[in-house]
Amino acid sequence: MRPIARQEQEEGRVAGGGGAGSVWPAGPDDVRARLEESGYLVDDGLAVACFLALRLRRPVFCEGDAGVGKTALASALATALGAPLIRLQCYEGIDASQALYDWDFPRQLLHLRAAEAAGITDADRLEGELYGRRFLIARPLLRALETRSCVLLVDEIDRADDEFEAFLLELLSEYTVTIPELGTLRAQSPPVVVLTSNRTREVHDALKRRCLYHWFDHPGFARELAIVRRRVPAASARLAEQVTTLVQALRAQELVKPPGVAETIDWAEAMAALGATEADAELAVATLGSVLKYREDLERARGLDLTALLAVRGT
Amino acid sequence: MSRDRARETGARGAVDASAVLVGFARALRAAGIDAGPDRVQALIGALAALRPGVRSDVYWSGRLTLCGSRDDLERYDRVFAAYFGGAGTGGRAVRAAPATRLRVTVREAGPVPRGGGEGERDGVPAAVLASSAEVLRHRDFAGLTEAERGQLRRLLAAFAPRGELRRTARLRPARRGAVDPRRTVREMLRRGGEPAPPLRRARAARPRRLVLLVDVSGSMAAYADALLRFAHAAAHGGRAPTEVFTIGTRLTRVTRELAHRDPGTALAAVAAAVPDWRGGTRLGELLRDFLDRWGQRGMARGAVVVVLSDGWERGDPEPLAAQMRRLHRLAHRVIWANPRKARPGYAPVAAGMAAALPSVDAFVEGHSLAALERLAAVVRGADHA
Repeated sequence: MRPIARQEQEEGRVAGGGGAGSVWPAGPDDVRARLEESGYLVDDGLAVACFLALRLRRPVFCEGDAGVGKTALASALATALGAPLIRLQCYEGIDASQALYDWDFPRQLLHLRAAEAAGITDADRLEGELYGRRFLIARPLLRALETRSCVLLVDEIDRADDEFEAFLLELLSEYTVTIPELGTLRAQSPPVVVLTSNRTREVHDALKRRCLYHWFDHPGFARELAIVRRRVPAASARLAEQVTTLVQALRAQELVKPPGVAETIDWAEAMAALGATEADAELAVATLGSVLKYREDLERARGLDLTALLAVRGT
Repeated sequence: MSRDRARETGARGAVDASAVLVGFARALRAAGIDAGPDRVQALIGALAALRPGVRSDVYWSGRLTLCGSRDDLERYDRVFAAYFGGAGTGGRAVRAAPATRLRVTVREAGPVPRGGGEGERDGVPAAVLASSAEVLRHRDFAGLTEAERGQLRRLLAAFAPRGELRRTARLRPARRGAVDPRRTVREMLRRGGEPAPPLRRARAARPRRLVLLVDVSGSMAAYADALLRFAHAAAHGGRAPTEVFTIGTRLTRVTRELAHRDPGTALAAVAAAVPDWRGGTRLGELLRDFLDRWGQRGMARGAVVVVLSDGWERGDPEPLAAQMRRLHRLAHRVIWANPRKARPGYAPVAAGMAAALPSVDAFVEGHSLAALERLAAVVRGADHA
């Protein structure tokens, strides 16, 4: 995950920092403005999606190629709302005890021993204590329910399996969790949920139906340039423009992995770090490794006339 | 309030706003988008929260709530434009052309069956054959009668390939293995602190994902039906997560269509979804499409990928070779099942097949029930053919 430039957010943070409902934005344009303030530029659709997510308490389901800013959206939302971000990375075989809660057995045992040593013999009381909140380890999902107005990122849901999706289904529609020993916990203010998927697998319809579906496209030249300018302040205006032009040209090539916005930013950072204020073919080839991650793609790009591409101005 | 808003944006005249939205959803469904009542409900809720009469708000809230996949988006745009119109077109529901429905079943007059199949077929009454699965097992799909096909369908439904097992990072309770402190402690707690025999855990095994790429182009017409049924059996019988694609003139993901339990219904759904029965094949391009859109992102990673095709590549074989190398690097194992391999004197000289072979771990037949049984065994990792 890419850290968002945080310097200006610290003071730009919403007053009250994620407290009552009054801090929620008034409309899509408001959401857009706040996200832009936190360094994340959105288009119309995403602004509406974020606004509806906040207003209707619906998760946003983000799909799109790698590196187009799906995960970054969650951290940007958190920054914009001044809310904590809680992240759950999904993987094959993840289950409720890794995502929701678990009991701390070693501590429970220790507690029993300590009670024994202290001569406490009240079995009922001991048992009650053993399954109290203090021995419960909250994993991301439970933490998200317990934290007032936070942003919950369920990253790469397509990596988890069907069972886990079904389990999420209940949690995301009711925002409640039942722990047998403790009873049902309900979120006081439901978290803002962002789910991301790389489409390695089709996520079940039932889950998508509870979400707002947003497809992330590669941004157009103007927006991508704005993003680069925003995220790589070290790059000169000319450099940012050239890098964006090059990446847009590369995307039009038949590549194994067309670069995402994340790579554009990396590239601009790499060139800026080398002290360049202007890109040329030589520099571009030298730093190509920050944009293209496949040997075939590198070979292909080296075969291109980068100087000519640099001359083409994006629209 | 949502009513007024929708009226301004959508309907002309005194039409109930939710009726307009319901009509819109209906038009979407006709175009193949799964816009059910709950999604419409969400749309109405979304519109109530947005600015009235702003076309882009209506567009986006509809797109966000009614669509469920990237494939839906293009259809959504089309229906939206037709329904809410450019200038002046009233809120008339568009009649989206229903997807062309083609039957999956193999044509009787398929490619001329060759060799011994022909004689047997004419000579033996269907009833006799129907009782003899053994005979059927080795018969080429291309040369079957209608009755035999019926029997074949029943047989195909009965078996399914199981995915090859792989060890996972997760630990499961087991008889043998390392001591599981957590369960042991829990057991001791249950006994009130009394010592308990140690409980153990070991790495769990899971079947690998199975990805089937079924060629439904013209040259495979005689086999497509049987192979898709095989895919259906794989998707239901085996415990491995299974993904199925058809390749013809374009790549179509049919996993969802095959999810119907009943093979007949499932195959009809596949037929409706696949636009290109009996076209030519551009294997290389389609494979590339598969790898770009699905494979590389993880679907093919560590999976057992089975290509069911005759390897008939119309164009230049080099792209196919390149994509096969790519697939081979991603997948755990690549199996190619070719129905034509069993023919006497077969040699993989078809340009596509020859190009693909170096990147194939197992090259098997795929023309008969016995061949598919063997394929199922190979998928399981039983023998590398």
